[in-house]
Amino acid sequence: MNPASNLQKMLESGHFAVSGELGPPKSADIETLKHHAHDMRNHVDAYNITDNQTAIVRTSSIGVAATLIQMGLEPTVQMTVRDRNRICLQSDLLGAVSFGVRNFLCLQGDHAKFGNEPGSKNVNDVDSMQWIQAVKNMRDDGVFIGGEKLEHPLPPVFIGAVANPFADPFEYRPYRLAKKIAAGAQFVQTQCIFDLDRFEKWMEKVRELGLHKKVKIIGGVTPIKSIGAARYMQNNVSGMIVPEELITRIKGAQDKKKEGIQIAVETIQRLREIEGVAGVHVMAIAWEEVVPEIVERAGLYPRPQLS
Amino acid sequence: MIVGERKPLAEIAAMLKPFGKVCVLGCGTCVTVCLSGGEKEAAETAAALSLLWQKEGKKGEVKTGTMLRQCEYEYIDDYAARLEEYDAVLSLACGVGVQAMTTRLPEKIILPGLNTKFMGYPIEQGVWKENCLGCGNCVLDLTVGICPITRCSKSMLNGPCGGSQDGKCEVSKDVDCAWHLIYERLLKMDMLECMEAVQPPKDWSSSHHGGVRTMVREDVRLESGQ
Repeated sequence: MNPASNLQKMLESGHFAVSGELGPPKSADIETLKHHAHDMRNHVDAYNITDNQTAIVRTSSIGVAATLIQMGLEPTVQMTVRDRNRICLQSDLLGAVSFGVRNFLCLQGDHAKFGNEPGSKNVNDVDSMQWIQAVKNMRDDGVFIGGEKLEHPLPPVFIGAVANPFADPFEYRPYRLAKKIAAGAQFVQTQCIFDLDRFEKWMEKVRELGLHKKVKIIGGVTPIKSIGAARYMQNNVSGMIVPEELITRIKGAQDKKKEGIQIAVETIQRLREIEGVAGVHVMAIAWEEVVPEIVERAGLYPRPQLS
Repeated sequence: MIVGERKPLAEIAAMLKPFGKVCVLGCGTCVTVCLSGGEKEAAETAAALSLLWQKEGKKGEVKTGTMLRQCEYEYIDDYAARLEEYDAVLSLACGVGVQAMTTRLPEKIILPGLNTKFMGYPIEQGVWKENCLGCGNCVLDLTVGICPITRCSKSMLNGPCGGSQDGKCEVSKDVDCAWHLIYERLLKMDMLECMEAVQPPKDWSSSHHGGVRTMVREDVRLESGQ
């Protein structure tokens, strides 16, 4: 199968991939987002667009993807199963493919309780695993979940999933990744890595199971902008581990923002040394302007130009 | 059992405002056992309501009664004559009871005194936990007796999400991660392979999502169809 996207090409040709992240706003005005996208265009291979992250209503991932494509940039559309049933998920996927989206990241989504519509229904008609498999079946077998055939085959799409080495039961996490691969995941992005020791332990088991050869593993990296941001992630973002040493280190630094960037750069450098890590996903939440600096200082610039 | 919780008195008083003579009617089954709508709670509710009406200077009369099961026509029929004198009945049964009463006694106003919470059981004195959503297609064989449809906040069928930490659900530190429990139990029983296969999307048509459910058992039906 031909690579579906630049991201897939990059990963499959053995280059260490870099993806960025764009969080759509709580309005239909995406001018700032477009600026961020434009500013990091030479530094990332593709852009994740989050899907109502932390269950907060925002411009849709697919809507923003349309704009990125118009700008000549490559989106990775995040699709959670929290807000849409299988009819809508499959329909949205077809719609996104119809205007050129080729990378999809299939995930469960934070519970609606965390967002700005806590009284909404959590749909969860299919789970993330089933959604990965459904996309694969649509692409490879041309069938919908219900068994009906697509009228025309789906072009190649690159199927992504998420993995969280910082969630429990820790011993089960590599096996969960194996299950996602069996379901159809071709690349996985991890939760933000702050606890590198735990990440390395997870990777050891991943390698032991040979999973790094079956899936492209992209490590999640988030530069910490402030002590407040670190504490917020530590206490309020589900499935995160932010070690206390990290906070102490930033506290002790004269220029805290600079230290945050430095830690992100060091994290990427360490990730590059780990066998089986195929790229990084830089999630500079509300701090998009530092992405180019991080990518450059991590030695990942310029990005390889693939034909 | 069906677990209920009595509505706040102010809400009950507001719904009873147009009525003068009211019967607070307990139900002798599930809601008696879960201490929310039995004989004792009906008496307590009636006393509190009487006191409130007195304070407010409202004219009226509140009496109490208890029916063994408000969800079965034969019990309703036996009790019906005793409800004739009332303008309204405040039922302390679950939503099933309130509706069975309404259907059988269409001339009567039957009001809900409880919020029907869930199907579950007491895990300790005074603590009830939801365990079954009545999805119509039980998967407890695959998950060693722990229901992920009900007890996983996202009703996942293929293992724990990334929000599971220290055995707890991302939704609350007070909620156990169902998949953590399932994992631990499978590990103990040397059955972890149960988690390997990708479970296909669930057919929710057997649940409420398929529309209102009716079950017909021809083998036990009377010829008259009643």
